Amino acid sequence: MNISNIKKEFPIFDNKVHNNDLVYLDSANSSQKPRVVVDRIYDFYTKEFSNVGRSVHYLAVAATNLYENTRTSVQKFINAKDANEIVFTKGATEAINLVASTYGQSHLNEGDEVLLTELEHHSNYVPWHYLRKSKGIKIKFAEINEDGDITLESIEKKITPRTKIIGVTHLSNVTGAILPIKEITQFAHSKNIPVLVDGCQGAPHLKLDMQDLDCDFYAISCHKMYGPTGLGILYAKKKWLEKLPPYQGGGGMIGEVKKESITYGDLPNKYEAGTMATAQVIAFDESIKFLNKIGMVNVIKHEKELIEYGQELLRKNNSVKLVGNPKKKGAVLSFTIDGIHPHDIATILDEDGVAIRAGHHCCQILHDKLGLTSSARASLGIYNTRDDLDKLNSSINNCKKIFELK
Amino acid sequence: MNLKELYQEIILDHGKNPRNLRKTENFNKDAKGYNPLCGDKVHIYLKLNENKKVEDISFEGEGCAISMASASIMTDMIKGKEKNEVKEIINDFLEMIKEKDEIKTNLLKDDEKTKLMCLSGVKQYPMRVKCATLSWHTLTSAIDKSQNEINTESLEV
Repeated sequence: MNISNIKKEFPIFDNKVHNNDLVYLDSANSSQKPRVVVDRIYDFYTKEFSNVGRSVHYLAVAATNLYENTRTSVQKFINAKDANEIVFTKGATEAINLVASTYGQSHLNEGDEVLLTELEHHSNYVPWHYLRKSKGIKIKFAEINEDGDITLESIEKKITPRTKIIGVTHLSNVTGAILPIKEITQFAHSKNIPVLVDGCQGAPHLKLDMQDLDCDFYAISCHKMYGPTGLGILYAKKKWLEKLPPYQGGGGMIGEVKKESITYGDLPNKYEAGTMATAQVIAFDESIKFLNKIGMVNVIKHEKELIEYGQELLRKNNSVKLVGNPKKKGAVLSFTIDGIHPHDIATILDEDGVAIRAGHHCCQILHDKLGLTSSARASLGIYNTRDDLDKLNSSINNCKKIFELK
Repeated sequence: MNLKELYQEIILDHGKNPRNLRKTENFNKDAKGYNPLCGDKVHIYLKLNENKKVEDISFEGEGCAISMASASIMTDMIKGKEKNEVKEIINDFLEMIKEKDEIKTNLLKDDEKTKLMCLSGVKQYPMRVKCATLSWHTLTSAIDKSQNEINTESLEV
């Protein structure tokens, strides 16, 4: 599949926005869906639907096999050792909450420290904050350098004998900084500290290899990977999934239930209580096939070229300031314009069909650190082109014209 | 209504050079407003005299052109009004933003009404309505002192 012609695989681009072609630059928020994924959901509901893992009838068996196929596809896609290390969740947020809750319950005590970074999305901070309230743990933040990067040194500086887990993003959804996860993991493991990676932005844009990264937990958001909403993945090393307590209780996650006692199911059932997002899981297999057909190597090459082009364009544009200047940068271009608030930028760009996000992007800690209340963010996906970035730039110029800036 | 009409001269002028952007000395009423979705913040200060007349009103804060212009225009026309009059103007403005096209109250001069009606265009941009109403809800709160901080996410408009 050729990436240069990929837009036609996404039905959304057949529509106009305010009578303009859609220039979709909000993929860090959520990506658009290729036709194969949308069709798969329709086909499953119209021809193959059944709940999974319970009944023995024909449809149930077939649906269960499809559901488990996706687990194996995900395992291969991220090079996990074992398919049972893949847990489906309702989103990356739930994946992180699962870790914070179960690890917190079993491994954290008053005064223990969780080390996060200033780049973290609220979903990798708020779940830990609950433990600050309930267990009296402490939360520390590794500080960004002047480029908006988190280095191994900034992590090392904040490690103490009380550090019990490190939670880091793989790729910042604001600055685009790509973190040295492998180095962080190696260092953390030398101190016996497990590492949780928020891979929301990493998974759609980077080649993942869990065995190489060696992190203990990796959270994935499927709707940012050209997949359905309502679905996330927690990768966790088997030793953790075996050791940690269950997260939610309900049907499907049990072994034996008696009035006096309950045992829990084997992996991965132990962490998949209740009816799961069956159709989404089955359709997500199409997202992975789709990405595999293009090849993550090509995805990375395409986006790297675009991000360099976009950076160049915006740097040349007077009064536009890029947020952060990380050494290794993923598919995110956050910026501010002196004299125009990001919300005004977003509204004016929208009129031209250019969809960006404005606000703090669920990263208030980072915006506070940078002295900003908000920023405008253009984020890329596989369907974007240089033409999209040219339109972004000309729409920014339109903005400046309305606000009478030079 | 198109974008150019929303971002017209009056809004841009007040957005860029907000009037009354300062802190009233000896204020006796104040309230903070916050929109957690975009981070817009406003802090309104009021000085009501013994006849419940607004002797001075000012605000501090940061936000988009719409929210800054709205606060600027609001503070300009509230000055000198009595408490009950202030409430009538607030209600009239919020009704206009929600469903009507006009400002009805007789408490304002025609040119003042025109200024307020510049903001009616945000109706076309539902995500931006809260930008225009934040300072008005905060003013209500300051006058009544019913709540310490207004949060747009707990309000209807």
